Amino acid sequence: MFRYIVRRLLQMVLTFFGATFLLYALVFANQKDPIQALVGERPVTESQRIALTQRYHLDEGFFMQYWYYMKGLLTGDFGTSLTGRKIVDMMADAWPVTLRLALIAIVIAATFSVTVGVYSALKRGGLFDNVSLVITLVLLAMPIVVIAPLFQLIFGIQLGWFPPTATRDATVWQLLLPAIVLACIVIAPEMRVTRTSVVENLRADYVRTARAKGLTRMRVIWVHVLRNSLIPVVTLIGVDLGGLMAGAIVTEHVFNIPGVGFNLARAIRTEDGPLVVGFVSILVILFLFINLLVDLLYAALDPRIRYE
Amino acid sequence: MPGKSPWKMAVGATAIALLAAGCGSGGSDDSSSASNTVVIGIGEPQHLIPTNSTESNGSEVLASLFYPLVDFDAQNNPVPVAAESITADATSTVWTVKLKSGFTFSNGEPVTSDNYINAWNYGAYGPNGQGASYFFERIKGFADLQSKDPDGEEGPQKAPEPKAKTLEGLKKVDDTTFTITLSAPFAGWESVMGYSAFYPLPKAAWKSDGVLADGFEDAIIGNGPFKLKGKWEHDAQIVVEKVADFKGTVPKIDGITWKIYQDQQAEYADLVAGNVDVQTTIPIESLAKASADLGDRFKKSPNSTFQFVGFPTFQKEFSDVRVRQAISMAINRQEITDQIFLGSQSPATSFVSPVVAGYRENTCGDNCVYNPTKAKELYTAANGPKEMKITYNVDGNHKAWVDATCNQIKASLGINCVGGEEPKFADLLSKVEKKQPVGLIRLGWVMDYPLMENYLGPLYSTGGSSNYYGYSNPTFDNLVKEGSVAKTPQEAIAKWQAAEDILAKEMPVIPLRNGQNVFGYSTKVNNVNVDLFQKVDLYKIEVVG
Repeated sequence: MFRYIVRRLLQMVLTFFGATFLLYALVFANQKDPIQALVGERPVTESQRIALTQRYHLDEGFFMQYWYYMKGLLTGDFGTSLTGRKIVDMMADAWPVTLRLALIAIVIAATFSVTVGVYSALKRGGLFDNVSLVITLVLLAMPIVVIAPLFQLIFGIQLGWFPPTATRDATVWQLLLPAIVLACIVIAPEMRVTRTSVVENLRADYVRTARAKGLTRMRVIWVHVLRNSLIPVVTLIGVDLGGLMAGAIVTEHVFNIPGVGFNLARAIRTEDGPLVVGFVSILVILFLFINLLVDLLYAALDPRIRYE
Repeated sequence: MPGKSPWKMAVGATAIALLAAGCGSGGSDDSSSASNTVVIGIGEPQHLIPTNSTESNGSEVLASLFYPLVDFDAQNNPVPVAAESITADATSTVWTVKLKSGFTFSNGEPVTSDNYINAWNYGAYGPNGQGASYFFERIKGFADLQSKDPDGEEGPQKAPEPKAKTLEGLKKVDDTTFTITLSAPFAGWESVMGYSAFYPLPKAAWKSDGVLADGFEDAIIGNGPFKLKGKWEHDAQIVVEKVADFKGTVPKIDGITWKIYQDQQAEYADLVAGNVDVQTTIPIESLAKASADLGDRFKKSPNSTFQFVGFPTFQKEFSDVRVRQAISMAINRQEITDQIFLGSQSPATSFVSPVVAGYRENTCGDNCVYNPTKAKELYTAANGPKEMKITYNVDGNHKAWVDATCNQIKASLGINCVGGEEPKFADLLSKVEKKQPVGLIRLGWVMDYPLMENYLGPLYSTGGSSNYYGYSNPTFDNLVKEGSVAKTPQEAIAKWQAAEDILAKEMPVIPLRNGQNVFGYSTKVNNVNVDLFQKVDLYKIEVVG
């Protein structure tokens, strides 16, 4: 178990360096004139161009720039954005609110999809099952760029149930609407997978045995069936975190949340290499950890799985 | 099952930690709606150091923190504000600024000549890379503060240190008087000094001579009616509060929260919901419903934006003036401003914006009047190209009107016209620099100071900073220069108008649209005015009731 975790952590280090290198190369290849991108359509003066070029080593080759970046990174310095702000500060500002948003979304999505999934599996073929199928189809058909402004308009402005925008220090209440929007993109698959998995397990031999032993229906469903059905769902939730981060770019934009998605979009727009790489690197680490966590959860859910 | 309980605990602990994180930093709901303060929406400013700020978000915030040397009256003539007087010598070369006494920065430091001189020297010094440094170009000695890379940008050599660190043209006379010597006479200099680049900085700003203190930008101190409360909360908000006993004009409100939005549509949602009091630019997507949502709190006022397309001089197919006239006549400006911009912009028929003194309507004459028949005749006679394109940057929301313009040209002239897409403005510029055939170039201009010269100089003069299409006419250049050194504003305007007449004959660009501020405000505020620079008038706005 311990050795397994250490091995995974070591792999992470390699993945991290590989990912930053690839990212840096991609951003570098896409970078045309970051100084012009910074000032928009205004003319850039000669001396300003020289000053910025030297400050950010823009005149040097790819490997030298990458070297400067890695040198900083290894000493814990994520560098400076082209706007002059320390990237560490920007991350400290952006990550907490995005993480909170994503967590609320995950909790909403998981609670909703597992409950509805299990219930429709039990009432397979019934009215509830069919209605939930239609809802899933509708949710799947609507991309987040439609859902986000639509929900904002209906629930935020016209009905006034929720605040239409949130800020960095948003309360859970302010984040609820964006989180629901975000949850919408992952609810559909999670719900279907739960349903299928539960339906399959209901027919399994061990369920018949449990029933034969005289266990109550509740205990059979919630302990025996659900636990075995959750493995694919947990995997999916782990993977969905990626979808949530991608969806965060749109959601944060619509609901004015200055988080990771917003910073990434801005960094790409202004060709701000260090900023993109900094944020995505952390995103990569986060992914790796979530995947590790998911793998470890398997063992918790299924005693037959052991890691050496 | 004893072996499994640690797992359960781990899972449980994780869940609790997640929930705690989710609910953690809530409860910071400090809505001070009862007080005499307003919330104004802006975008994240790029910089708050005055000499580095060139966009409207930064200059809006700076306008609350600083008190300018000059401001502009209703006719856009400069009026001294923080200055007691600003006088020029007979040739408009040496300008003497006398400051009003008794003014202080919000940290208590008195405002002296040195505060201005040091701040301007910092702004002009090349290696500081300040965005607004070009404002100091006219001051004597500016060139000595710049360095040139000896072997170009790609070369291995570093640029040498500039010759001087301070502007030769700035001289302190006493604590409240200083002189500015320009390298060439310029009668409009007083207006130039109205820009935010000319604000003073306190002693507290400097770590040592010419080096800004770390973190000063986030906690900037100015000489204005408001001061920062706390720090610049990047991407979230900037809160300012009234300075006690301010010596200048005192605003009617006690504070402003500059709320930062990434997206104007989100800002509009907050405006309708009453979470923001003023939005200076309502996005085009929300314009259709703005009248219904806001009623008479939805307003328009002129601003200085000027939208046009330029003909690259290196593309010979446009060298015949009749071709340029025909294309201009083929465009129905009114239809585009009505249909696509929903009246948020107005058709342009002159080469400068209506907001500057000396503007005359319709200097473009028949050339800017939609006349497809005449356009077709002219175009056929001049044997214009059978295909053309209008190149624009995709990230600027230009597709709709460029396509519409192209369709009008197609219909009027019977030729093929397509929109050329470039990802960014920089891509467009680099193609123009390499003299690749880009067709018409989409361009826009926002003035820095309200003079005709600020349009004629950068846009149409030989080597002008935004004259990307390469128009050059010595007679025109001379007229602009003569206007700049003229003794009275009237003389200057006469010269500049004569210069504009040349443009009307030669049509180096096609004027398309003049911008307007389309703004809205909540029921909480009153007397909301948005000026030519897209800034809210902070001295007039008041809270209702």
